[in-house]
Amino acid sequence: MDLTLNHFLFVSGALFAIGLAGVLVRRNLLIIFMCLELMLAAANLTLVAFSRYHLVDGQPAYDAHVLLFFIITVAAAEVAVGLAIIVALFRTKETTDVTQVSTMKY
Amino acid sequence: MSFLFHLFAALALFGGIGVVVSRNPVSSAFSMILSFIGLAALFIQLDAYLVGVLQILVYAGAIMVLFLFIIMLLDVGAEEKRRRPLVVFAGGGAVAIAFAVLVALVLSRGGTAGKTLPALAAAPEKSDVHHIGELLFGTYWLPVQIVGVLLLAATVGVVVLSKKELK
Repeated sequence: MDLTLNHFLFVSGALFAIGLAGVLVRRNLLIIFMCLELMLAAANLTLVAFSRYHLVDGQPAYDAHVLLFFIITVAAAEVAVGLAIIVALFRTKETTDVTQVSTMKY
Repeated sequence: MSFLFHLFAALALFGGIGVVVSRNPVSSAFSMILSFIGLAALFIQLDAYLVGVLQILVYAGAIMVLFLFIIMLLDVGAEEKRRRPLVVFAGGGAVAIAFAVLVALVLSRGGTAGKTLPALAAAPEKSDVHHIGELLFGTYWLPVQIVGVLLLAATVGVVVLSKKELK
């Protein structure tokens, strides 16, 4: 059986759904953040699958790979800032439980 | 080909499930690394070699090590077993399952159904790293500069956030 585009798109969709469930159900801020990263990575898979499907001169569409490069860079910056915010939050609240963090100030 | 796809897709998906269900954040992080390795293998199967390697280097390497570092720095223990209203799990699960079902429906009926991946032209004379490098420093030179500024801003932001006293 040959692999179809849908194989990859379905894995991507399922992984995104798993990440979505994690964001909605979990309470630990760190795990919610990890699930966000999972959703981002799942979206990347769709991008690569389509770049492989739409060939340009018999090669994958490399513009998609460049876009992916940027997405990974931005994700790395986002994780650095997000984790710094979580550490700052932990310093004032002594918790990473989102249900304990319900006020904007003190 | 098909066997490897199923193997690594299962690795990615079960890793993802492990992130959501495990109570200890450290085992969550390790499941996440497993999931990213599966995902990187899928990228490589799609002939995106550079992206697959980047996925392992940046995500599984740098980002997850940062996560583990913070988890251990904050000494976040396992979540205590506390009764949560069932509606939270039911609601979250229902949204995710509804999303997955919608994706499956769209994929099985939409224009991508049954499209096999076309074969690549035989023996490319340049590697994909060559093509991506040319695009990055040719067509996309301005976004590269902007991303550089973004990384600088993120670094400065993290330093400011990590200061003891925010003034």
